[in-house]
Amino acid sequence: MKIIVVGCGKIGTGLIGSLVEEGHDVTAVDIDPDVIGDITNAYDVMTVIGNGVDCDTLEEAGARSARLLIAVTPRDEVNILCCLLSRRMGTHHAVARVEDPNSSDRELAFIKKHTSVSMFLNPSKLVAEELANMLKLPSGIRAEYFARRKFEMIQLKVKADSPLRGLSLSEMRQVYKGQYLVLAAARGDKVVVPKGPFVLESGDEILIGAKREGIEFLLKELGYWTNATKSVMIVGGSRTAYFLATSLTKQKVKVKIIEQDRKHCLELCDLIPDASIIQGDGSRRELLEEEGLGSVDALVTLTGIDEQNLLMTIFAQKNHVRRALCKIDREEFTELASDMDVDSFVSPGSLVNNNVIRYARAIENSEGSKMETLYRLMDDKLEASEFIVQPGFEYEDMTLAELSKRMKENILIGGIQRDNVLIIPGGDDVIQVGDRVIVVAANQPIRDLTDIMKED
Amino acid sequence: MNRRMIAYMIGQVMLICGALMALPLLVSLIYRDGCWLSFAISIGLSAGIGAALVFISHPDMKTIYAKEGFIIVAISWVALSALGAFPFFISRAIPSYIDAFFETVSGFTTTGSSILTDVEALPKSMLFWRSFTHWIGGMGVIVFMMAIVPSQNNHNMHVMRAEVPGPTVGKLVPRLKDTARILYLLYVGLSVVMTIFLLAGGMDLYDALVHMFGTAGTGGFGVKADSVAGYNTYLQWVITVFMLIFGINFNLYYLVLRKHFKDALRSEEMHVFLGLWLGSTLIISFSILNTHASFGDAFTKAGFQVASIMSTSGFATENFDLWPQLARTILFMLMFVGGCAGSTGGGIKVARIVMMFKTVKREVNKLLHPRSIGVIRFEGRTVDDRTVNGVAAYAALYVLVLAITFLLLTFDTMDFETNITAAVSCFNNIGPGLGAIIGPAGSFAAYSSFSKFVLSVAMLLGRLEIYPLLIALDPATWSRSSR
Repeated sequence: MKIIVVGCGKIGTGLIGSLVEEGHDVTAVDIDPDVIGDITNAYDVMTVIGNGVDCDTLEEAGARSARLLIAVTPRDEVNILCCLLSRRMGTHHAVARVEDPNSSDRELAFIKKHTSVSMFLNPSKLVAEELANMLKLPSGIRAEYFARRKFEMIQLKVKADSPLRGLSLSEMRQVYKGQYLVLAAARGDKVVVPKGPFVLESGDEILIGAKREGIEFLLKELGYWTNATKSVMIVGGSRTAYFLATSLTKQKVKVKIIEQDRKHCLELCDLIPDASIIQGDGSRRELLEEEGLGSVDALVTLTGIDEQNLLMTIFAQKNHVRRALCKIDREEFTELASDMDVDSFVSPGSLVNNNVIRYARAIENSEGSKMETLYRLMDDKLEASEFIVQPGFEYEDMTLAELSKRMKENILIGGIQRDNVLIIPGGDDVIQVGDRVIVVAANQPIRDLTDIMKED
Repeated sequence: MNRRMIAYMIGQVMLICGALMALPLLVSLIYRDGCWLSFAISIGLSAGIGAALVFISHPDMKTIYAKEGFIIVAISWVALSALGAFPFFISRAIPSYIDAFFETVSGFTTTGSSILTDVEALPKSMLFWRSFTHWIGGMGVIVFMMAIVPSQNNHNMHVMRAEVPGPTVGKLVPRLKDTARILYLLYVGLSVVMTIFLLAGGMDLYDALVHMFGTAGTGGFGVKADSVAGYNTYLQWVITVFMLIFGINFNLYYLVLRKHFKDALRSEEMHVFLGLWLGSTLIISFSILNTHASFGDAFTKAGFQVASIMSTSGFATENFDLWPQLARTILFMLMFVGGCAGSTGGGIKVARIVMMFKTVKREVNKLLHPRSIGVIRFEGRTVDDRTVNGVAAYAALYVLVLAITFLLLTFDTMDFETNITAAVSCFNNIGPGLGAIIGPAGSFAAYSSFSKFVLSVAMLLGRLEIYPLLIALDPATWSRSSR
């Protein structure tokens, strides 16, 4: 599929990498020749130097025949205009990065209608949503949702003192009863969909899928559950901080934001009246302590500098702050973070990539089984996706026990939702037309439900 | 440095080299000239070494950077020439290995300089292989490899940039593999069209193919002692037109294919290239008028010769060494210009020449108006300073390499004119020089083995535009401490 990416900053470059890996024909547009030089050397893409709102540049990039254009320059107006122009030229779909906190949903809907932008991409908001979800769960665990939030996947690390250590999956089933499935396990840099005899070791990351109600119970059993977060301190008053603070204050969580720039502080005061805004350098230890680092439930670091975020998180962990979360932009640092035991971080790049790739795949198979949701986990080695089974599905009413014999390696049906009831499937369950099916696949992309079967 | 990956890719090139030799093997079997065994042995040799390299290297990490790109290209070309020489050597068609090597380098680099004194005495399959090397070398064997070998590597741009001539290398479509495929499809397509035109003019298939190879690669090996002088005017014009076609940037043909005729016709480089051809042809036509029957005849001969030199093919329809000084001098100067960037031609490239002139103009303007700001525009867009500086540096290096080649040739006993034109002709991948010895009627056989080696290196330097070979020869490149 022909895709144009306008703006090759952190977000844009990350997108280019993932899209090329997906097998798309990508054209990258940026105004800076040096940036374009780096892109040309690193990725197998076509490059165009120029302004994204310049018709000639768009023409040269092939906007007339492209299926998708993604405008991710730092400026919202440029992105919207770029999408408008390319859509008028003939691009089928256009995605614009729009992050301005002042644009309300109503406003965006208006813009969408009149500029034919197909989708808005708000990295700050995605990060904020992810962080808010993480804050709801105990430390060391992250969750993803499926089937309109009925099905939940949690990812946790088997620590040295975990009761799970040394258990095989079949043993785990007997010890911890309940409706759940171990969907995947990562050991070192290998990811597998484990079977019954698989023995858990310390350091493994495992992915568990269960009903939303079941998760809390299981986590309590495993000794993970802690009290809900009631107060949060945020360092760095970025857009992400705004979105996070808004959603937290709505849930009656106390929020304190530390921001250096006075003008920015005043703006935040205006936008989020329920949060307390502190002006000062958040990386200064005295300030953090003065503002009560010791008494908050969680610290979230959202400054623009990854190193600072990482160090503040480590500092907070040393000071026994219950939760310390941070944002890490650069991919190199995410690996480093896992090594340093900073287990709660969010990378905007991978969130954006997931979103766009899901969108691109949906465009690609607009016919066939429709992909509803896609998550890429464990360094993008694992994909969990949700499909709606369309009429004509060959293996309807075949039991899963039978079906799994014909499925490829490292693929699992994690959940089936039928008539608003979620089933955590066993060997006797069947797939029917109209079901929402959650598929987990390690080391292979699943674009269509028929992809899971072995080719005979 | 990713040595394993370098070995792996060179191994692949050797495998391809072996596969390509199957074609002359077939020709040998058809004509029963008894050379098939030489080809079979050579195929075994290059496929064997290639397979061993691919098997042993087994790279875990496939990432390569600019440095590896240059080295892969440099070594591949040397290896290709060394292996390609074996059929000549084994069959004793060319008894001395250095002669065979010179001939093969001359083939792959699309030069067309020969050490053969009697071309027609060679077996047909050998002549076929000799010309086929032109065709392979024209678009480049590594571009060919990229077009056919599946690869997940995102960094192949470094390799492509090192092999494709011109100041800047761009892609036609997002994927490098598809770009390489399109280039080869255009190349094959144009070659087929040319072959049809030649067949229509009464050439037999063998001659048509051989001359097509020589023209498409802008090489210039023929199968007759008098090059293409023996063919009729129609055939000479077909070759003239196709020499010009293959001397023009292939990106333009892609534009034509996509029906962007206006953009293709606007190309500044093509205008200069064709303008130079027309201007030089007219001047030479007048200067040689008195020895020819009519202006038409003179124009045909001059047009052919100018196209042959500008596209760096080196075919001849007449012994231009006997032409008046004015004509000879113009031809000599055109040797430097070469074809367009992104074509199969050699030389400095028209694009660089145009940019150099524009740079000079800007500098003069700066001297007159010290505060003036000037940008250099080429093909309707601003050329960034890095490219401008790159062109200037290349020019300096070009002169230096030429001077050294010339100096090394003076150890031989030839006269000044022979030596300088030998250096210029080989370095620019043209073929014949001036003077009685290496002119269109002569050959390079009289040079010593040392000189032949120097000229072989010069040809490789010229085809790869100096840098890859220079980098590969620099000991610092290979030291462990430099990554």
